[in-house]
Amino acid sequence: MANISTSYLGLTLGSPLVASASPLSKKLENVVKLEEAGIGAIVVYSLFEEQIIHEQADRDHFLSRGSNAHPEAQAYFPDLGSYNLEPDRYLAHLSAIRKAVKLPVIGSLNGVTRGGWTEWARRIEETGVNALELNVYSIPTDPVVDGVSVENQVVDLVAEVVGKVGIPVSVKLSPFYSSIPHLVSRIGSAGAKGVVLFNRFLQPDLDPENLSVLSAAKLSDSSDLSLPLRWTAILSGRVAPQIALSGGVATGRDLLKALLAGAQVGQVASAILSQGSDVVGRMLTELGEWMDEQEYESVDQLRGSMSQKKVADPAAFERAQYMRALTSLDDRFV
Amino acid sequence: MSSEAGSKQMLTVDATEAVAMVAHKTNEVIAIYPITPSTPMGEFSDQWSAQNKPNIWGTVPLVVEMQSEGGAAGTVHGALQTGSLTTTFTCSQGLLLMIPNMYKIAGELTSTVFHVSARALAAQGLSIYGDHQDVMAVRQTGWAMLCSNSVQEAHDFALISQAATLETRIPFVHFFDGFRTSHEVNKILPLTEEQMRSMMSQELVAEHRRRGLNPERPFIRGTAQNPDVYFQGRESTNAIYNTVAASVQKSMDEFAKLTGRAYKLYEYFGAADADRVIVVMGSAVETVQETVKALNAKGEKTGVLAVRLYRPFDATAFVGAIPASVKKVAVLDRTKEPGSQGEPLFLDVVSAAAELGRKFDFISGGRYGLSSKEFTPAMTKAIFDNLASASPKKEFTVGINDDVTHLSLSYDPSFNTEDPKSVRCLFYGVGSDGTVGANKNSIKIIGEETDNHAQGYFFYDSKKSGGLTVSHLRFGPNPIRAPYLIEHASFVACHAESFLEKVDMLKNASTGAVFLLNTTWSKDEIWAKLPTEVQSQIIAKQLKFYVIDAYQVAKDTGMGNRTNTVMQTCFFAISGVLEKDEAIAQIKKAIKKTYGKRGEAVVQQNFNAVDKSVENLFQVQVPGTVTADHSRPAAVPKSAPEFVQNVLGPMIAFNGDELPVSSIPMDGTYPLGTTAFEKRNFALEIPEWDPSICIQCAKCALVCPHAVIRVKLAKPEVLEKAPADFKKVPAKFFKEFPGHDFALQVSPEDCTGCSLCVEACPARNKTDSSKRAINMVPVHPILEKEKINWEYFLSIPEMDRTQINPNNVKNSQLLQPLFEFSGACAGCGETPYIKLVTQMFGDRMHIANATGCSSIYGGNLPTTPYTKNKEGRGPAWSNSLFEDNAEFGLGMRLSLDKQEEYAKELVKKFADVLGDELVTALLTAEQKTELGLSEQRKRVEILKSKIAGDNSPAAKDLKELADNLVRRSVWIFGGDGWAYDIGYGGLDHVLSTGRNVNVLVLDTEVYSNTGGQASKSTPTGAVAKFAANGKGFPKKDMGLIAMAYGYVYVARIAMGANDAHTVKVLQEAEAFDGPSLILAYSHCIAHGFPIEKGLEQQKLAVQTGHWPLYRYNPGARLGW
Repeated sequence: MANISTSYLGLTLGSPLVASASPLSKKLENVVKLEEAGIGAIVVYSLFEEQIIHEQADRDHFLSRGSNAHPEAQAYFPDLGSYNLEPDRYLAHLSAIRKAVKLPVIGSLNGVTRGGWTEWARRIEETGVNALELNVYSIPTDPVVDGVSVENQVVDLVAEVVGKVGIPVSVKLSPFYSSIPHLVSRIGSAGAKGVVLFNRFLQPDLDPENLSVLSAAKLSDSSDLSLPLRWTAILSGRVAPQIALSGGVATGRDLLKALLAGAQVGQVASAILSQGSDVVGRMLTELGEWMDEQEYESVDQLRGSMSQKKVADPAAFERAQYMRALTSLDDRFV
Repeated sequence: MSSEAGSKQMLTVDATEAVAMVAHKTNEVIAIYPITPSTPMGEFSDQWSAQNKPNIWGTVPLVVEMQSEGGAAGTVHGALQTGSLTTTFTCSQGLLLMIPNMYKIAGELTSTVFHVSARALAAQGLSIYGDHQDVMAVRQTGWAMLCSNSVQEAHDFALISQAATLETRIPFVHFFDGFRTSHEVNKILPLTEEQMRSMMSQELVAEHRRRGLNPERPFIRGTAQNPDVYFQGRESTNAIYNTVAASVQKSMDEFAKLTGRAYKLYEYFGAADADRVIVVMGSAVETVQETVKALNAKGEKTGVLAVRLYRPFDATAFVGAIPASVKKVAVLDRTKEPGSQGEPLFLDVVSAAAELGRKFDFISGGRYGLSSKEFTPAMTKAIFDNLASASPKKEFTVGINDDVTHLSLSYDPSFNTEDPKSVRCLFYGVGSDGTVGANKNSIKIIGEETDNHAQGYFFYDSKKSGGLTVSHLRFGPNPIRAPYLIEHASFVACHAESFLEKVDMLKNASTGAVFLLNTTWSKDEIWAKLPTEVQSQIIAKQLKFYVIDAYQVAKDTGMGNRTNTVMQTCFFAISGVLEKDEAIAQIKKAIKKTYGKRGEAVVQQNFNAVDKSVENLFQVQVPGTVTADHSRPAAVPKSAPEFVQNVLGPMIAFNGDELPVSSIPMDGTYPLGTTAFEKRNFALEIPEWDPSICIQCAKCALVCPHAVIRVKLAKPEVLEKAPADFKKVPAKFFKEFPGHDFALQVSPEDCTGCSLCVEACPARNKTDSSKRAINMVPVHPILEKEKINWEYFLSIPEMDRTQINPNNVKNSQLLQPLFEFSGACAGCGETPYIKLVTQMFGDRMHIANATGCSSIYGGNLPTTPYTKNKEGRGPAWSNSLFEDNAEFGLGMRLSLDKQEEYAKELVKKFADVLGDELVTALLTAEQKTELGLSEQRKRVEILKSKIAGDNSPAAKDLKELADNLVRRSVWIFGGDGWAYDIGYGGLDHVLSTGRNVNVLVLDTEVYSNTGGQASKSTPTGAVAKFAANGKGFPKKDMGLIAMAYGYVYVARIAMGANDAHTVKVLQEAEAFDGPSLILAYSHCIAHGFPIEKGLEQQKLAVQTGHWPLYRYNPGARLGW
């Protein structure tokens, strides 16, 4: 069978399939199973900026609220100094994963602003993980904040986090920026070794009965692949950071497409969540069989062979493709 | 001391911490139970053991919370009898509960120390404050009693008493003044572990262990003894008692060698040739010392004899400590023994002098300082002056105005002994704004980071929401020995501008002092907003006046409503205590230290607040003349009854100290309905009703903890004279009241701004889903008009109870609440239940209330939330103790049952006069409905009128007792600390009697009043005080236990989860002719989550299965 081992962020991976950040990694046994199934690396679920800050604020709130307000109750909770809060548990969990498996383990930090919380990047590194994925999930809602400011915020944050750690850092982005190639270039200049395209942009829903806003996560499937695939193909060979394609990688064929477009690795979560860790083996087998059939020797050989720079028809990734797609609708419906 | 003061080893702590530091280090088993003000000693012990802090032998003490102080004493006794070094902390009623065990422990010659923050006893009223009534009630138990007079002494004597008890085998009560010493923060030199080890003889510890029960070398102890030997046994220990004083002095001397701090059992300070001496113990010693210094400097010859070892009283050492020149003695007791020849210390002194032939020209006995009443140098001077006068009072009091028996000494309040080198600061804060916490921090900064000495003492009013705190801080180069409040301040800060309208805080400002005000008005606007009294004092005293909008700075820097860091920074910037830049650097250092463990975000937020504070601090240019447009309003309106005007009014205005004895009710009886006169006006936002989308469900009124939202129905013609702004709409959701209007009104001056009403409102605005039918709005723009509307609303007639079927939530809210405007926390989860019960049954209910939150917001002076309806009927309320409340309620029931039975017997005797029809109706009346009750009341009136002219003994009795023919409803209120723990045995028995009592357990799952200690109601894993590592066992299922009787009505309710169920349960329980137990889930500030989400929390508690709702009604089966 063809050689499917590869590298990502300078780490050696047994396969080009990486488990992306998801609740899967909350249980140690899941991570072990994924390693057995042949996953190349695992990104552990994210520690959120809000979690870090809010847990600190909450701890302060619990210990301070109502204190020194009444002669009989100086305070309402014992102040033990240190508490086993979620960020501490996260670090302990990372350490446990690192010890339990041999494959590269990537910690994940999710946030948008600079500040004291980025100190946790260093703490994550201290658990022994091999890399850090910084998930930048920002929703600009303020009309006076322009696009440049939004991008500057991302780049500044990347630089701050990169400056705190020695391990490689990749940055997970959403697809909603005005110039993704420019932003990814700047992120590379700021020191990131990789970008993950893209974050799942989970949208809120409305509940008309209760006049409330609902939040629910929908799993992705192969139909979601086209957006990251396009941008992977466009960026491949043009920007310094390696690309991890995420979103819609549900089959071996999807993974193959990601590699052909130029991704260093494909990231998968939904398929594992819905089908179990066995899907990893099936995907890698499918990839290997195709490579054997097509007589590819390694994934490095096929990677990027269908990127925009290398395809026969580069316009297919640009406006021309859009026009062609619209026209195809005419053909079918008019 | 001054060289020590510069040392970095110094600590600024209060005495509870200083004592616990030693107790935890020198014991192996610690049994605890919360009681103010000793609770923090147990909390520290529990916390340190949770943190695995070892004692001096390297093992972590085992700390266990018991169900009562009685239980703690029993546990201590057991642990001592098996050879462990064991201690406990308590005071007041708790110490009384330990008395039986104390006799045993002493009788068995067992070494232990109980650390007691001495506190008043409940008599005509409960008091949490300090005096010696509790310790004086155990002086006969055979325990040695060692009194410490300051924070440093409390720390030191905790060790000395521990050493002495091991040496003598006599148990020790180590006591110090509750609050004044226990809660005073002062700079002390802490003992090292090495010093503690040196004082704790290993051989004596081993002997203590060997005296423990052990089956390897068994014996029995605790026999029953007969007349032949009991007496001799009691006398057998005399010789040991004779050695105690010498042993304690020996321990003190050893201690002095180790630490340089020397103490005497009876220590004299003052002129070697004094003619007058005051004998006293406790914190007052320092006050008298300072006064003696000042008087002697002016040529007087005075002295003070501090009593440290009170039991065994060493007459020889005591008399020997008094200079031969002394002719006149005043003995001060911080206790009261009515009917005695004198208070205990006085009698001891008289007896000692007589026994040893020491003659004095005059010995007087005085009482002072009960319930933390101030005791000042001015009062001390008055005592010396009394001794010097031609006809001195033999028995006196000081600190009050006794205009009845004229025992009190008058004094000149202007006399003071404050150190001119000290800086004295007063801070007036709101309970929740963090002022006290910030001041404790400032004391640490100055006390531990500079060579200065520092002292802090904190006054709190009794309100749990919007309450006033006053921080009294002294700083200076000399040790601070001034255990009394500051009356001459060089810095006064007002952290909430509304207090300027209520409290005369500048009366204590010295000339030229700095006055800092937190206000939303700018430096140019503020002057015009001040009342006359404030303006004139600022001008007359030439105060330097500064303002800051700390609310805005706190908001801008993410600090929310906690203005503490901002105000602390301003204090340092302008008080002159430290150089400004150094002060700012020290504040940041302190912030890092205090909040570092809470995370960088919290530290950064505080840093930002510090930086923003100075730039928003402005000095006000003070005009030369008073230009105010208003005076400070009276504490209560002129329309209030005379008693409210003359007695409660001064208490509300914090001038209660000035009330004379004659004005105070002798037996603790106070009128109802007085919170209505105390307009507290502290909410920044209040709810505003939007009738256009209201569905008239009245849930907002139901959940309002302070009864400030009311609803009424009235015919439109009744409302014709309503003010123009008064809101009313057709009562279209009340089908049974056709043609009525529905009015909903908020009392703007009583609202606490908790917003539970908004959370409860099910209606949503169709064009803005964030708005409901009731919404929080800023109070100021609508305050005046809503005051008028509220007055008008009150004038609308209450609805006829007989016309209302309170079978659903909205109907229940048409009934007048007879519990209103309590001092409970904003958003309290308990008070909505109490209010609802008073709406349903208040005009015929008796309440036995266990001590706890509900007795504090229900019955803490100055004002009373229980009130009367227009007929003059309302809840008859009383609090007995914490531990006996079920029994107290049962007593009420039995009494009422007996009186009803006797009244019925008398009715039958008067059948001839009353007529058979009336007699039968009176005796068999159906009284399950409001109509039935109303009819019976009418019959009782007829009865009374028919026998009005009959003055026979039987007729007189019947007239007195006839009201008992109307069905009375007996309610027993209390929290889970009472029901599950301390009162459980009694509650269980009361339920077993089958008597018709209704027990309402306001279950917050912790001891709320004392600060959130775990009870047996606390759920598994919950982190609480006394369960610092998380509660290890599940919540006790009280409902299941009660149901096991088979004849007890049992229900669990949670108003926020199902209000209709709550209403139904209360109705059923009250109607059930037997005992009822209602467990009411009550969200609480001690739970930690934002209290405005309390109703949501209740819902979640039910939905997750934590608090299943149920009703167990055996009535139908039993035919009750």
